[in-house]
Amino acid sequence: MRIIPRLDIKNNTVVKGIHLEGLRVVGDPAELSRTYYAQGADEILYMDAVASLYERNSLKDIIRVVSEDVFIPLTVGGGIRSIDDIRGILRAGADKVAINTAAIRRPGFIREASQIFGSQCIAVSIEAKRIGDGVWEAYVDTGRETTGIDVVEWAQEVVRLGAGEIIVTSIDREGMKNGFEIDLVERIMNLVSVPVVACGGCGRPEHVEALLNRASVSGVACASIFHYQLSDVTALKMHLGKAGIPVRAVGKNL
Amino acid sequence: MKVVIIDYGLCNLLSVHNALRSFGVDSTVTPDPEKLKGADALILPGVGAFEDGMKGLRDRGFIRPIEEYVASGRPLLGICLGMQLLFDKSFEFGEFEGLHLIPGEVVPVKPAGSTGVPCKIPHVGWNALLKSTRDWRGTILGDIPAGAEMYFVHSYQGVPEYKEHVLAETDYCGNRFCSVVACGNVFGCQFHPEKSAADGLTILRSFLSIKGV
Repeated sequence: MRIIPRLDIKNNTVVKGIHLEGLRVVGDPAELSRTYYAQGADEILYMDAVASLYERNSLKDIIRVVSEDVFIPLTVGGGIRSIDDIRGILRAGADKVAINTAAIRRPGFIREASQIFGSQCIAVSIEAKRIGDGVWEAYVDTGRETTGIDVVEWAQEVVRLGAGEIIVTSIDREGMKNGFEIDLVERIMNLVSVPVVACGGCGRPEHVEALLNRASVSGVACASIFHYQLSDVTALKMHLGKAGIPVRAVGKNL
Repeated sequence: MKVVIIDYGLCNLLSVHNALRSFGVDSTVTPDPEKLKGADALILPGVGAFEDGMKGLRDRGFIRPIEEYVASGRPLLGICLGMQLLFDKSFEFGEFEGLHLIPGEVVPVKPAGSTGVPCKIPHVGWNALLKSTRDWRGTILGDIPAGAEMYFVHSYQGVPEYKEHVLAETDYCGNRFCSVVACGNVFGCQFHPEKSAADGLTILRSFLSIKGV
């Protein structure tokens, strides 16, 4: 199970909000990347927090710098809307892209991208908001726009289209530090054949343990817990290891 | 020493280059087959589909120069798709011929574990390198411990025809597969050493210390 620090980026700084809004600056992308790498992170997820709004992706320079001395997979999302965008960010040193808005606006984009770069390179990011008991709606533009699309159906559809991984973010839990939306993650886990990464709500190591006890996800993407130093990657892995959850040994990155 | 990384139109070339640079080795990333003539070590990286990979090599005229390079006894390392291309053929989206440098085939990752539990595919994540019947001393695994974890991301896997070419195995979802292949001076890793932190970098460094045969 991968521990994936998530860095939301705005104006070349790492920001953090609540429910993907009210963003506050928490640090420098390259510096935080190196810190989490040294702590034993298994992968890093970068999300351009404003890319969809401004129709651009500005993470290339950051990835170019980080990939010079951080030797774990780097996944980049936010504002990826063309084959050229994907090629550009991979060429800069990213290993995978996470697509949300562009996939919903043009589902064929997932198929096209996975045929060109391979499914393993194309993750679909789903932003989910609970709208009823056991029902979630997909949002786009970093949690700003509703789509009317059912998250559970959409998750199955993106796998049919060729997505190699699903990153599911609960907007309700995001930034709240009160635990994952386990029902949602479990539903998706049981219905799709590809790896699932859960995001949103991680405030304590126990939250990850509680999630894993019900849904054996391939990874968890966490922000607040690391940015606000409520725990660190090493301590989280130690906790999970003791709880019998398989994680990669710590202290092996440097 | 002259290290050449083959650029055949697929991605992640910069990552390998950066990884080598982290321990002070400069490398040339090139789409020019002529550059293989003066190389002391050759790396064939790659992500993407097998057919596209072979086409990329063929279109740029790499097939013969790679064969000549290997015949000269100098070391070659294939990474991920680059490892799969070393085999005779692959069944990814059809049936396609590979480089024929190591006898064997490339087949899909098994969709279910030994107990019938479905496996998530692609296989993405960190998994341990397990000892095969081969001794790791003097190979690309000579400086890492058994059990070292590497980063995998793949839906297909190479199956060497001969057991003695399996240098390490990895268990995914209850199935053991060949994660490192070695045949004379030709090596292949199904995982990404350039993305596998310190132990991965050690493997690259060991590869560069291998003398030709």
